[in-house]
Amino acid sequence: MPETIYNLACGALLVCCGMCLYRIGLGPTAPDRAVAIDILGIVVVCFTALLSLRTGLSYYLNIGIAWAILSFVGTIALAKHLEGKGFDE
Amino acid sequence: MSDTIGAVMLAVGILFNLAGCLGMVRLPDVYNRLQAATKCVTLGTCLVLGAVAVLTAGQSAAIALRGALCIVFIVITSPTAAHALARGAHASGVKLWEGSVADAYAADGEPGAAREETE
Repeated sequence: MPETIYNLACGALLVCCGMCLYRIGLGPTAPDRAVAIDILGIVVVCFTALLSLRTGLSYYLNIGIAWAILSFVGTIALAKHLEGKGFDE
Repeated sequence: MSDTIGAVMLAVGILFNLAGCLGMVRLPDVYNRLQAATKCVTLGTCLVLGAVAVLTAGQSAAIALRGALCIVFIVITSPTAAHALARGAHASGVKLWEGSVADAYAADGEPGAAREETE
């Protein structure tokens, strides 16, 4: 796989991250920001996959798995908070 | 052969990611943004992880296996998080876009109220 493909893919993902940051900054309501944070987490998992492909090191995907789970837990906590309920039910 | 399949999956996945993020920027309210972003970005990321698994299957079994595991986690967690966020947004009183045609949550009563009755 030539270097150019990696560079183009990483550039496109950087554009995705920029759009997520735009929505985090300007989102009119709190749920808009929570959605953008969730999507940013998934895009970061995509980045770790590309890094693992480029370097040939498998532990970048360990980081991706951990990031996916932690981002999920954070999003669920935000959603419960938005719903206006306690965390213990 | 597997190089070609992997490159095509990578390109399609990145395009899906871009389309999902573009939808999140351009669509009018939080529910539209949620469905565009979640579905497109989940599929795009799964395609990129699958491309990594296909491209490295011959050389490194560790990367291919972890890629497949990561696909399973993303497929399970991403729709769950989107469902919880949509429910939370509706319960916190975010208005629908004025062009929306249906609101099944409001027709069934608020989600929080329905749950308290069953307790």
